[in-house]
Amino acid sequence: MLASLQDRTAIVGIGQTRFGKGLGDSELSLACQAVAAAIDDAGLKPADVDGLAMFSMENGREVDLARNVGLGDITHFGEIGYGGGAGCAAVGHAAMAVATGQCEVAVAWRARKRADKASRPWAQARARVPGSWQWSRPAGLLRPVDEIAMLTRRYMHEYGATRDHLANVALAFRKHANRNPDAMMRDKPLTREAYMAARWISEPLCLYDNCLETDGALAVVITSAERARDLPHPPAYIHAFAQGLPQQHQPMINFFCDDPLRGPAWACARRLWERSEFTPQDIDVAQIYDAFSPLIPLSLEGYGFCERGEGAAFTEGGALEWPHGRLPTNTAGGGMSEAYVHGFNLITEGVRQIRGTSVCQVADAASCLVTSGEGVPTSALLLRG
Amino acid sequence: MEPRLLTPDLEDPESRPFWEGCARGELLVQTCDGCGARRMPPRPMCPACRSLASTWQPTSGRGRVWSYVVPHPPLLPAYNEFAPYNVIVVALEEDPAIRFVGNLVEAADGRIDAIDPATIRIGEAVEVVFAAVEDATLPRWVRRG
Repeated sequence: MLASLQDRTAIVGIGQTRFGKGLGDSELSLACQAVAAAIDDAGLKPADVDGLAMFSMENGREVDLARNVGLGDITHFGEIGYGGGAGCAAVGHAAMAVATGQCEVAVAWRARKRADKASRPWAQARARVPGSWQWSRPAGLLRPVDEIAMLTRRYMHEYGATRDHLANVALAFRKHANRNPDAMMRDKPLTREAYMAARWISEPLCLYDNCLETDGALAVVITSAERARDLPHPPAYIHAFAQGLPQQHQPMINFFCDDPLRGPAWACARRLWERSEFTPQDIDVAQIYDAFSPLIPLSLEGYGFCERGEGAAFTEGGALEWPHGRLPTNTAGGGMSEAYVHGFNLITEGVRQIRGTSVCQVADAASCLVTSGEGVPTSALLLRG
Repeated sequence: MEPRLLTPDLEDPESRPFWEGCARGELLVQTCDGCGARRMPPRPMCPACRSLASTWQPTSGRGRVWSYVVPHPPLLPAYNEFAPYNVIVVALEEDPAIRFVGNLVEAADGRIDAIDPATIRIGEAVEVVFAAVEDATLPRWVRRG
């Protein structure tokens, strides 16, 4: 009998800094502030923390965090690669460490100062391009948006998806952000007319198909289900967790395999649902990684909310919008309208939905899917109340 | 420093035969000596049969547009000069899972912003040409037919 992770751990604390551009704090300072806030929110002490899980791309290291926040002796630490694909995996690895007794209280976090133009990874390209990028960047396919636009154009061609479908995504998340006092786009409503008139970034994707550029940090605290029941907030149980690195996958430039539109979500979803008591039809609310709007229809297909090729049509009729849509998605505004911190704000919003404290609270939400980056080796969580 | 277009690392041992082929005017694809499977991008081991032996074989140089994008600024300075320009993915005619990222041009020495993007169609037939870019030779594509 396999040991299962199912409901044996929970997220018991969430913390974040403010989100903005040009914040004066260093990335390490932002990380420390978010982690300290999450520990406080959990009703625990820094010395209780004995596990850490982080993104490989994080600039601050475990030792820096521990020395600043005053953490205890750390007995589990590890890092996950592939940028935006790492968020749910950091939480999942922390949960596995807690469930197997390698630590008792673990923290996962992400801090970024992305709003500084010089920090954009694609702008750091060397004149002689090494590795896999030598097959794409010399032709001028330079930025993540160009790479995802290439898949998007093909997706539109194969399945009849349109810019109206992508607008459905952008408008839904903006409506949610307009209710969220922490969202960078709190005071900026978006109309379909403004979407259609927006400047191109990489055709077929326009400005509003892109995530924000944000400085900020978020953190979560994970502990055992037993300990969670004694803490101040209702636990957000980690019901299931999976990662996905599909066969013959090439991160971001996945043009070199038999079926490029069958992204990492598919591999991740198979394991996720297999380890769950839920099916997609049971899910009350979703937080889906949205560095770019087309990742939503692709992920809806990969995670099984509809059939292959039906993801764009799924967005019709306000399906993603709170409160009446059939799958309210990115209920705090997501990466496109709240903040883009490599998707970590999707995890904290998933916890708020389970606690019942979202600004777009789904009534009696008992299950929430949270996903990390699509287009790179990825991960996902199912949270339950 | 004058802005320059990006070029591949011509000293990369895995990919050097490809770029050397381009410099001679040949579009080569790494092909497994064990099972005959083509693979792109190149790598040391064949994922089908695990053979470490491979040969760079010539191709037809013909393909079809699999997808395309039109990047607009902000880009790297050397690319801003051309924007908006096209980038296409081409599927090789004899093996459509073998694909290349390039640009659709009017001729080997044509600019990457010369073709009207509104005229590009997924599925249209193209063939390779070779363009000198900085110190490298890159495959680009012209319409055929």
